[in-house]
Amino acid sequence: MSESTQLVICEYCDSVYERQALDRHQRAHCQRCGALLDRHPWLGVDQLLALSATAGILLAFVCFYPILRIYTRDQSGSATLLEAVLALFDGSIGLIGVTAAFGVILVPAAQIGLLIWLLAFARKQRHAPGFQPCMRLLEVLRPWSMLEVFLLGALVAVVKLTGRIDTAPAAGLFALAALSLLMVGVAGRDIRMLWDQLS
Amino acid sequence: MTPPFAEQLNLRLCHRCKYASPMDNGPSHCARCMAPLHYRKPGAITRAWALTLAALVLYVPANTLPIMRTSALHRDSTTTILGSVVELWQQGAWDIALIIFIASVGVPVTKFLALGYLLVTVQWRSTRSRKERTQLYRLLELIGYWSMLDVFVAGLLTALVQFGPLGGIEPRPGILYFGLVVVLTMMATLSFDPRLIWDTGKANE
Repeated sequence: MSESTQLVICEYCDSVYERQALDRHQRAHCQRCGALLDRHPWLGVDQLLALSATAGILLAFVCFYPILRIYTRDQSGSATLLEAVLALFDGSIGLIGVTAAFGVILVPAAQIGLLIWLLAFARKQRHAPGFQPCMRLLEVLRPWSMLEVFLLGALVAVVKLTGRIDTAPAAGLFALAALSLLMVGVAGRDIRMLWDQLS
Repeated sequence: MTPPFAEQLNLRLCHRCKYASPMDNGPSHCARCMAPLHYRKPGAITRAWALTLAALVLYVPANTLPIMRTSALHRDSTTTILGSVVELWQQGAWDIALIIFIASVGVPVTKFLALGYLLVTVQWRSTRSRKERTQLYRLLELIGYWSMLDVFVAGLLTALVQFGPLGGIEPRPGILYFGLVVVLTMMATLSFDPRLIWDTGKANE
């Protein structure tokens, strides 16, 4: 087993390479198809854990604190991430609410939970209970997190309303921006290093 | 020097943990993460075709049905996706109109064309421009969910603009079909196996 962890297979064209030690900012690309094979991890276990915990707090924040506010002469309104998702559960189109809930709440929450679980044990050089299924689930979840799109959606919504209603960004919008950035770093490929570090 | 293919070294890539699994005793599961091993993703072409065609069918109601209804005291209007793009353009917000157009029309149409092209060329066992086709596949992965934009805009506007009996904004069925198109094309992309592009003409390399 130790022998074949020294090999990298390109997932796009099935070419086999010997794993090279990479320095900071170095990347290995496939000669045949140009795909990214490997890169130096951005973050270590401790940093990943700290940022995952931060992401968890931010996710809770954007779920319950307004992202945008609107003002009219006699009324004002606001929307949180949770409210925006719940608004899509309306009657006949409820299915889209399920999809949206998965993309911006359930998948990120599951990713953060799994990361904290795996990393907390990894700090003590131990495999978390259910290590293998948790690692596999993280790979399955990765393409389905849609927070960045929601962020762009919030900006589009502001522009759509300007001119008709006074709109202002609220604290949640900045938390959402920070969260989308964090998730790019935290939920990426870096966690795969646990396979090598803990064996 | 061209690198060898996994098959030639009797190895198989685990899709879950990216482990290079030696196939000496023909294990059916990855030794490291216990995920099932496959030579290629099972039924890749059939599944990708089925999901792409299903998405193409749903793309029709996604564009023809209204996605949002805006009601106010004296005005009540429904808009389709293209309608909202035109409206924004006429109001002078051409930049936002362009973003929505790219996310809602450009991205799905690109996905349909690219998936169709990749599937057809793999079935014809084409050996031309394999590197470029692999790059096209990576582009498909990258643009995956960006068409969800309109869905989230609709959700936010609905939650934001609730004026009770006086009016407000409501989502309409177009948005449901739109979301389904996104999910189906993402599933089609994930079920396609880019290694099929390289399975042709290995012998004469």
